[in-house]
Amino acid sequence: MRRFDVHIHGWLLLLPAAVLLAVFTHYPALATLWHSFHSTPRAGRASVWVGLGNYRSMAEDPVFWQVLRNNLWYALGTIPASIGLALLMAVWVNGKLRGRAFLRLAYFTPTVLPMIAVANIWLFFYTPGYGLLEQITVGLLGLPSHNWLGSPDTVLGCLMVVAIWKDAGFFMIFYLAALQSIPPALAEAAAIEGAGRLYYFRRVVFPLLMPTTLFVLVNAVINSFRLVDHIIVMTKGGPDNASALLLYYIYDVAFKFWDSGYASALTMVLLAILAAAAIMQFAVLEKRTHYQ
Amino acid sequence: MLKRLLRGTAALAAAALFSGPALAQDVQVSFYYPVAVGGPITKIIDGLAADFEKDHPGIKIKPIYSGTYQESIVKALTAAKSGEPPVLSVLLSTDMFTLIDEDAIADWTSVATSAADKAWLNSFYPAFMDNSRTGGKTWGIPFQRSTIVLYWNKELFKQAGLNPDHPPANWKQQLEYARKLTRRDASGNTTQWGIEVPSSGFPYWLFQGFTTQNDVLLMNPEGTRTYFDKPAVIQALQYWVDLARKDKVMPPGIIDWGTTPKDFFERKTAMMWTTTGNLTNVKANAKFDFGVAMLPAGKRRGSPTGGGNFYLFKKSTPQQQAAALKFVKWITSPERAAQWGIETGYVAVRPDAWQTPTMKKYVAGFPAASVARDQLKYAVAELSTHDNQRVTKVLNDALQAALTGAKTPAQAMHDAQREANRLLQPYRH
Repeated sequence: MRRFDVHIHGWLLLLPAAVLLAVFTHYPALATLWHSFHSTPRAGRASVWVGLGNYRSMAEDPVFWQVLRNNLWYALGTIPASIGLALLMAVWVNGKLRGRAFLRLAYFTPTVLPMIAVANIWLFFYTPGYGLLEQITVGLLGLPSHNWLGSPDTVLGCLMVVAIWKDAGFFMIFYLAALQSIPPALAEAAAIEGAGRLYYFRRVVFPLLMPTTLFVLVNAVINSFRLVDHIIVMTKGGPDNASALLLYYIYDVAFKFWDSGYASALTMVLLAILAAAAIMQFAVLEKRTHYQ
Repeated sequence: MLKRLLRGTAALAAAALFSGPALAQDVQVSFYYPVAVGGPITKIIDGLAADFEKDHPGIKIKPIYSGTYQESIVKALTAAKSGEPPVLSVLLSTDMFTLIDEDAIADWTSVATSAADKAWLNSFYPAFMDNSRTGGKTWGIPFQRSTIVLYWNKELFKQAGLNPDHPPANWKQQLEYARKLTRRDASGNTTQWGIEVPSSGFPYWLFQGFTTQNDVLLMNPEGTRTYFDKPAVIQALQYWVDLARKDKVMPPGIIDWGTTPKDFFERKTAMMWTTTGNLTNVKANAKFDFGVAMLPAGKRRGSPTGGGNFYLFKKSTPQQQAAALKFVKWITSPERAAQWGIETGYVAVRPDAWQTPTMKKYVAGFPAASVARDQLKYAVAELSTHDNQRVTKVLNDALQAALTGAKTPAQAMHDAQREANRLLQPYRH
């Protein structure tokens, strides 16, 4: 009887979170999976079972492969850079220097600003002719003018820079917190043993930061697939899909083309990618992560 | 107890049936209006709704500001699918086929039945009705409509030795003037462009300017066929692409819609194509003398129309639909249409609005305002087909591929036509 009580107690405590998870995460995911096997209902044509039909048309859809490729480059370009930059900034503002609080605030500001507003400002940074970037490259360095957002070769890179600028400050906060929890005794011990600063960072600080790195990495991967606000403002996926990412394409298919069946299939791909990334990170990195 | 309750309900029902207008509930007309943030336009709309309510007791107009056009149709269609759509909504005229295919809207012809109503349906500029009618029915009432016009910087014209009061009249002059207006510094960098025709976001709309001027249509009125691979269409694209890639009088690559007016203010471009809706913006921000003209002619003059129509949603009650009809008739009456045009910069949608005293006075003081109206004679319907946004995206991608040099105009247009054919096949019965 007593055991039973304990169980009820436990389940009751879990209930609110479990209900929220089920309603807003698990049910939608399953419903999406179900819809992805159906055609899109239109007026006068009800939804019918099409099996893998939506997935087959996806395999033949050149735009899908292009946005997937774009997204992989985007992830590769933004994740290591934003994490590296975050670590660098954190180590710097963790040291004893003047105006430290101001610097920390400055680094964190991009995170606080709303992406839509920021993207509008960046749009003008990249404007050919008189944009901030051109004022430097053309005005100061005398390089030829370039249409940064308007040419397929540079547009994705330009969007990556915005994402790195936006994310790095956010990740810095986590590194900064982690750095401050490292006992100073370790640094003193290392100094007595004659370890250089670089050696101390590589063999002591960095391993101790591993749990933070893991957390930041998971977030960075999710962000690289999740954040598309700046695309909507800056390029709308153009020119010719050169800057469209998977989630942006899903938005197009679902809410511009109203093709819910195909959008569901695309969403399943996105979910699968994120799930695979999460499993891999936890399985591989967990082993090498040292929790204090 | 139950008896008393029943008797009470019966009495209430009887009261509701026989009480007449004095006790009847107000008819609520909810109304999605696409504007993202507060500001002058929401104030104008709120003011109009209040004025209407004063004249028409018993009807309550409830404007709901629903974001951009794109967000508004997402909200309206989602609401229509889940059961409680607005009664009225202003949405893009090009969304007509999408709304019909989703079975979301009612046609105005079914509620506007009296002789006066029918006369009202015929009182708008025919160019605006091209996007509002199909299959003999009227689905949209023109409200905030625009066309593309050419803005030019008179100072830069003077500097280049051109007559500042003569905008280019045809394609040849457009190119010739643009050449004279393009300036390069010693190292070959361009410091001032001759012309900018924006190509981000919705290049198909600007492209329709070129195709109409080359005397070719992009789709049939039923919205089931496109003509992207016609030689005249490819020729029109070649002219656009050449402005940047061969003649080098326009910046290469994609030109952003949003920053084009800024380029114009900064004297980075001497001429630009953009919507009449930018008129107020240019008037306020250009620190030099500028002119507004119809787009230059190719084989003929031409521009697509653009902008929003009133749509009536199906799931509303007959009373609501009748009230909505009253409101839309009121707000598109000549005086109101004139007032709306003056306050916003959109083209007043009916000829008699331009005959009102207020409008006459406004045009006398600011002649540029009438350019868009005069261009309406040459205007054609904006590209609109079944599965509209998808077909439009196919064309947009192809245009951008050609403008960035990834494909030749011919190749891009043939690819686009093949894809559009595939998408439109199911709608051809």
